[in-house]
Amino acid sequence: MMRYILRRLLVSIPVIFIVISLAFLLIRLAPGSPFTAERKLDPIAQAELEKKYHLNDSLLKQYAHYWGDLLQGNLGESLKYTNRTVKEIIGQTLPVSLSLGSIALILAMSLGTLIGSYAAVHQNHREDRLAMMIALVGICLPSFVIAPLTVMVFAIWLHLLPVAGWGTLAHYVLPSICLAIPYAAYCARLMRSSMLDVLHQDFIRTARAKGLSEQIVVLLHALKVAVLPLVSYAGPLAANILTGSLVVEQIFKVPGLGPFFVNSVFNKDVFLAAGTVIVYSVLLIAFNLIADILYCLLDRRIKLR
Amino acid sequence: MVLRVLLILSCLLLASCSQRPKGVDLIFINGDEPQSLDPGIITGQIEMRLCNALFEGLTARDAHGVSRPACAESWDISPDRKVYTFHLRSHLKWSDGIPLTAKDFEESWRRVLEPATGSKYSEILFFVKNAENYRTGKIKDFSQVGVKALDERTLRVELENPTPFFNDLVAFTTYSPVPMHVIQKYGESWIKPGKMVSNGAYQLKAWRMSDRVELEKNPYYWRKDTVHLNRIDALAVSKGTTAFNLFATGQADLMLDKGLIPPMLVGELSKRADFHSNPFLATYFYRFNVTRPPFHDPRVRKAFAMSIQKQTIINKITRGGEQYANSITPPGIEGYQPPQGVEYDPGQARKLLSEAGYPDGKGFPRVTILYNKSDLNEPIATEIQAMWKKELNVEVGLRLQEWGIYLQSLDDLDFDIARSSWVGDYNDPNTFLDCFIADRGNNRTGWKNATYDQLMFTANTQSDPAKRFTMMQEAERILVEKEVPIVPLYFYVGIVMYDDKKFGGIYPNVVDEHPLREIYKKETSKP
Repeated sequence: MMRYILRRLLVSIPVIFIVISLAFLLIRLAPGSPFTAERKLDPIAQAELEKKYHLNDSLLKQYAHYWGDLLQGNLGESLKYTNRTVKEIIGQTLPVSLSLGSIALILAMSLGTLIGSYAAVHQNHREDRLAMMIALVGICLPSFVIAPLTVMVFAIWLHLLPVAGWGTLAHYVLPSICLAIPYAAYCARLMRSSMLDVLHQDFIRTARAKGLSEQIVVLLHALKVAVLPLVSYAGPLAANILTGSLVVEQIFKVPGLGPFFVNSVFNKDVFLAAGTVIVYSVLLIAFNLIADILYCLLDRRIKLR
Repeated sequence: MVLRVLLILSCLLLASCSQRPKGVDLIFINGDEPQSLDPGIITGQIEMRLCNALFEGLTARDAHGVSRPACAESWDISPDRKVYTFHLRSHLKWSDGIPLTAKDFEESWRRVLEPATGSKYSEILFFVKNAENYRTGKIKDFSQVGVKALDERTLRVELENPTPFFNDLVAFTTYSPVPMHVIQKYGESWIKPGKMVSNGAYQLKAWRMSDRVELEKNPYYWRKDTVHLNRIDALAVSKGTTAFNLFATGQADLMLDKGLIPPMLVGELSKRADFHSNPFLATYFYRFNVTRPPFHDPRVRKAFAMSIQKQTIINKITRGGEQYANSITPPGIEGYQPPQGVEYDPGQARKLLSEAGYPDGKGFPRVTILYNKSDLNEPIATEIQAMWKKELNVEVGLRLQEWGIYLQSLDDLDFDIARSSWVGDYNDPNTFLDCFIADRGNNRTGWKNATYDQLMFTANTQSDPAKRFTMMQEAERILVEKEVPIVPLYFYVGIVMYDDKKFGGIYPNVVDEHPLREIYKKETSKP
């Protein structure tokens, strides 16, 4: 197991290397300059700024310079948010996205498992159809529709929750629900089909033949196996949900990383964009690895080599 | 049981949602996350609003937008209007208690002009003698630049030209003093809470990215007794609906960023009592690329300009009570009368187009309108596209680009017609007309006119303000009546939302500035 983890970590090094290189190159190939503004910058100021951030060097030199900085743990400075380092921006906003994201992740996974299993157990009955219809709605409705709707109902009509903002417990409720709904719906569908597969397998038939109650069969025997596809989906899901969402964070004014991630590309904020890509890819690799390890712990048939 | 838990939970939530941060007198919505709080570097209105609360220049604009003595209590102007001698107040202090002297101003202006500072607004200091030469490296010796601290309380400023609006100009954020003793200590990170020292009505208490900037009354401010509010929070909000929800539910008291008000709601909102609008010095206009056909021909440009019904755009799309524009300079600058410009006249437009070789639009090449994504740009472009089709029988395409790419296209003159806007920096026509001098970075049309340049140059060396304005009016006439490289469409209005029963000290003004130090709560303090 340790050897497996070690090997996976080693393999991820070239992956991260390629991701960083691509992020570095692609954003520089995009048209426009990070310093263009409606009020035209005078050429001297522009040249001075380019010099300051080494943007006037050849691409190769910039690339070497960037790696030199990176290896010293320096992610560079934001070009838009002057006087702020990328590390500082990520350091301030990532924890917010992480805390909101982890709640949403737990919500999505548990809701998905619950609804999916419930639907599978009642296959082709009214309960199943209702559950899957809800899931379909959840998948189809994008967060920019769900979020304003929930705000209208829970914040503006019922006055139960704040419309937006950050700081108290109440501020978590609506954004985490809106963030979780589409993923919960997807998890539910995944769970249902996997649970159906498992329920038709021999070992379940054996369990039932032994006279175990249906509840014990489902909860103790079937669920453990049926949850496996969900676990492998959890890796990318976690990375996705934890790095923040542009839409949800903007609508609820959550000071997370999501908007910085997206807008840095539009602003050609080269270092900030590359920095957020690094965070995202490291999280993605880490969560995939964790998912694989969990997979092995849950399913004894799998050996990690 | 479940019901009881839910009830308790919702009570808890209910209790926490009505909570505003304790001790905050005013929460206002400021727009996007501020890019910096360094007054020498910033360029946007969002940042300036905060910097003007934190820092104060020789003069400062009041709630009516008029420049009043601030750090300087008085000034003398030489007979040729080229030398201003500012006399600073006694006992001026930074927020750390260290005295503020004329030397601080000299050093701060020098910092803006140093290329290494990377100031994006240094050109606003080019009115000072040799400032441009120092900035461009033509002179290396700063003592040749026309700013000098004669003693602790006297600052002598020599100008390139007689500049009648210089006392208004020094109220501009870029002219603010910065604490050099703190910058030397902390370098670029001096703008952070705990490090920043300021000289304005407020000091920086906290700054949480994407969330809020917290301001606290500065105990060393020279007129601290006139500052009404002790704590102010500026919220960073990038979505209009979110901003409006916060305002409507009482989590914010004041909305200052007009860009956050969705245009489709303006018509409805303008009926509310908490909606306040005022015309201000900003113009929405279209540029023609005059370097390539068909818009190299002034007759074609004029024909296009004459076939736009500007009032329709305001009634149908912008709906904020804007005034349609025939000149680039908005009305409201004292003593300046903008020229008539070209009026809507489709008959004459068709005639001009026919003279240019396109009778009834025949043979007219396909051109496009370039614009960046915003709630207004697209509907306006579509409306104008239809007007040109109807009046001139020409097909015009639409071209949408992302902000950065759109700006690049403007710079590269890679467009036929492009949407633009300009906000005046100071209360003088020069802030608009200077853009269109040949080869200016903000010209962005390729248009060059020797007479225009000459008129602008002579006007700016004039010491008689009335003559100066006459020349500028003449220059503007070339721009918007004769040559028409641009079509002004409408003058913006500033929109402020607040309950005037709760807060006072906010007045409509042409610079759309509402200093935080003048705002007061109606039930507690009155000025």
